[in-house]
Amino acid sequence: MKTRIITGLFFVFLLIVFNLPVTGQESNSSTRENGKEGAEVKFNASTYILEHIADSHEWHIITKKNGESVAIYLPVILFSKEKGLDLFSSKKLAHGHEYKGYKLEEEGELKGRIVSINEQGQVDEKNFPLDFSITKSVVAMMFAALIGLILFISLSRSYKKTGISHPKGIQSFLEPVILFVRDDIAIPNIGEQKYSKFMPYLLTVFFFILINNIMGLIPFPPPFGANVTGNIAVTLTLAMFTFLITQFSGSKTYWRHIYAAPGVPFWLLPIMIPVEVIGMFSKPFALMVRLFANITAGHIIVLSLVSLIFIFKSLAVAPVSIFFVIFMDCLELLVAFLQAYVFTLLSALFISLALEEHH
Amino acid sequence: MTGTLAAIGAGLAVIGAGLGIGRIGGSAMEAIARQPEAATKIQTAMIISAALIEGVALFAVVVALIA
Repeated sequence: MKTRIITGLFFVFLLIVFNLPVTGQESNSSTRENGKEGAEVKFNASTYILEHIADSHEWHIITKKNGESVAIYLPVILFSKEKGLDLFSSKKLAHGHEYKGYKLEEEGELKGRIVSINEQGQVDEKNFPLDFSITKSVVAMMFAALIGLILFISLSRSYKKTGISHPKGIQSFLEPVILFVRDDIAIPNIGEQKYSKFMPYLLTVFFFILINNIMGLIPFPPPFGANVTGNIAVTLTLAMFTFLITQFSGSKTYWRHIYAAPGVPFWLLPIMIPVEVIGMFSKPFALMVRLFANITAGHIIVLSLVSLIFIFKSLAVAPVSIFFVIFMDCLELLVAFLQAYVFTLLSALFISLALEEHH
Repeated sequence: MTGTLAAIGAGLAVIGAGLGIGRIGGSAMEAIARQPEAATKIQTAMIISAALIEGVALFAVVVALIA
């Protein structure tokens, strides 16, 4: 009976947490065009969605009724050859203001980038400053890394204390997952002798993607709710790690298969070699796009269903919309686990292909 | 106009994904019906194949988004 009450309360809590975006983030200064007296406002769904998916220099929390926005302004770190290193809060660049010769473009094709402005006020198109800012995704990534560190360092400490006996506490939660990665992903693909070299990488990738996917689903409070794995730069980096690891552990057989596959007549080689090289690059490329597209598509669907309420401007749509949002969120949870699993599985597969020895 | 064409392209990609994953699901169900003991293995293989096919379909969606 008590567990039932607790389960029920937990579900109610989840309901509330997953629906905070509906109540809290009603408007955003650029998605609503205020009429003359602020009476007629148009809700632009695509701008709303794209803004929530994209990375930004500030963490927008609420826009108050009078149009002011409450946000956490993150630091901007820029390096340009003429002006050197600059560090300041992004509040100085808000709303298109110019500061220290830099400006955050808000429209046009350079939208979202920080550009250098020379004295006449023109954008310097040749030299863009190098942008090392701590943006929303960076903060979320660092928080995810912190969560991972805390979990795993406490895990290893508790193993040191109790020894490899029966697991207690956090061990019993993480150990099955780690064993799953080892027994179902690493060993079947890479093999018994060589898998232990690659286990740290596979575990890191799996938990990094998993923690960031789940953090992207929780909308509130601030370190959660940032779209990290839906940022193609992040997935590009992860895919590049897999690519570099496969390249650096490639055995002679692997390279022979690419450049001089056995049994191929020599006049076919000019065709086979480019095809193989493209295949070498296309596999990590597929990893990158798969993770990015799955997570971004999930976020877009949830945001679209929520913005249905604002398009129809009636409260009656709310129950239907929220029901669909809960359903899509559960699906997204499944996708979060699945994408982490598939990324790790395919990385292990590519590593095993690279380690192939001559039969 | 490019917006509409992009949406049509994404829709076509979804047709491909739907057909592919539908076939996987169908043959997985048949296989489980034939041999219920192997149900968990079949389920795992089905989910992996579904994720891979969905990846390909989402390529097309990404290209449509860019356009």
